Amino acid sequence: MSWKRLSWVWRWVVLVAGIAGWQLWTSAAHSSFFPEPSAIVTRMYHLWFSGPASHVFLTADATGNILPSLGRVFAGLAIAVVIGVPLGIALGRSPAVTAYLSPLLQFARALPVVTMAPVFFALFKLGTQMEVATIAFGTIWPILLNTIDGAASVDPVQLETARAFRMSRWQRVARLIVPATLPRAFAGFRLSLSLSLILMVFAELVGSTNGIGYEMSNATNSFDMTLLWSTIVLLGILGYLLNELLARTERLVLSWHTPHRERE
Amino acid sequence: MLEVTDLTRTYGRGPGAHTAVTGVSLTVAQGELVSIVGPSGCGKSTLLRCIAGLTPPTSGRVVLRGVPVHDVPDGLAVVVQDYGRSLFPWLSVRDNVAMPLRRTIRSRAARRKAADAALAAVGLPGSGDKYPWQLSGGMQQRTAIARALACDPVLLLMDEPFGSVDAQTREDLEDLVLGVRRERDITILVVTHDIDESVYLGDRVIVLTPGPGRVRADLRVDLPAPRDQIETKELPEFVHLRTEVSRLVRSRDEPAAANGTLTADADPHGR
Repeated sequence: MSWKRLSWVWRWVVLVAGIAGWQLWTSAAHSSFFPEPSAIVTRMYHLWFSGPASHVFLTADATGNILPSLGRVFAGLAIAVVIGVPLGIALGRSPAVTAYLSPLLQFARALPVVTMAPVFFALFKLGTQMEVATIAFGTIWPILLNTIDGAASVDPVQLETARAFRMSRWQRVARLIVPATLPRAFAGFRLSLSLSLILMVFAELVGSTNGIGYEMSNATNSFDMTLLWSTIVLLGILGYLLNELLARTERLVLSWHTPHRERE
Repeated sequence: MLEVTDLTRTYGRGPGAHTAVTGVSLTVAQGELVSIVGPSGCGKSTLLRCIAGLTPPTSGRVVLRGVPVHDVPDGLAVVVQDYGRSLFPWLSVRDNVAMPLRRTIRSRAARRKAADAALAAVGLPGSGDKYPWQLSGGMQQRTAIARALACDPVLLLMDEPFGSVDAQTREDLEDLVLGVRRERDITILVVTHDIDESVYLGDRVIVLTPGPGRVRADLRVDLPAPRDQIETKELPEFVHLRTEVSRLVRSRDEPAAANGTLTADADPHGR
């Protein structure tokens, strides 16, 4: 067995051992705050994944809460990417403008998005609008700042080559600046993705009538610890899956970039 | 076809200003291969950048085929030392070579064909689908040469093109350049710090003084063609010329003193 395969096996062994340990401890402790993992998994199955095959086994509770939450995450991230990447490239290529805006950008980034929540409550309709706005506002900064850095650090030799071969302005952007910026932009996407889940839960805890965060606040209010832990585990799994999806996309899009290269 | 008149380039202003080249005049005839050699810091690269239209001269002018150069002119291609950085890692070798053709050739298929032909001409047939970073340094520089040749330039500028490859590869690439010159009606300017290379490649060798660079000497190289890495380099004329160039590069004399003392082959204006 290769070393790589062995380490893959070990990772699962550690995971299973961890869960087994948790199971043993919780069944011994009988704490109402820490339900057994088996109880959590059973609850998750009945609550979300025991639906009809025609709905990919999702229950009404799942389609009514998990899907809206994911929709808000994707909508918020999409807005952040659509605004952040082009703006970041434009700013990264105009160092003078960026120098002027730098204090403003750093200030806006340092602002905890949570403190902006009351502003969003007032500005947007409570519900999806406000939640998407919160996610978009919170996740745009890592994307914007990383894209600015990436666009600003395009290799001068490559820029000169583009000039020497008289590439048009549009070609220079599409064929040089965008591809050269993407590795840094993806670093921003990764930060923003994990941030987006946190913001989704936060926004839904505050003002929502459905979603994972809404289920969490319901569970807390009714002291349903198993439901609360189910949503926590669900968030962990979603975070893992989304991260994996992004990592795969990155390997595909940036197959030429140094960390992903496969030499012959 | 190329005329440089009294070219000076100064970077910065005031007491911190640095003059890279000053009062450089030279002419290059159609189809000539001219080596520009000089000690490091003599402004060789600056001179080439001014000719390429990448850097505006502080004073003086560059005229290519009767047209003053202000921006990068038509029919010009550049090969730099940093082949690893000048190729785009996200494009395949073929797309790298085809990239500058987008201006002139509309059809994608025709661009691919032209790129493959250029790759074959530099000895890289069948490497089009690879990525630059999958190639050795010498092959990457061949790719950069193919990219320059694909645009079918009338003037090819090479800035220390073989400075970062091993000796064997360097000789192969030198012969590649000589081969290209034989087959096409192309004018080539090679900047180098390697004295043997300047003599081996050139029809003429232009020696610059230490910075700020001035033309110290303009030597005609009358070595028989085709040149050969072994045979040419053991000719007495080659040895004589390389010694002469070496002396001129090391010399600290004022350029005026050196210009008149050249061998019978020397012709300050290359005509």
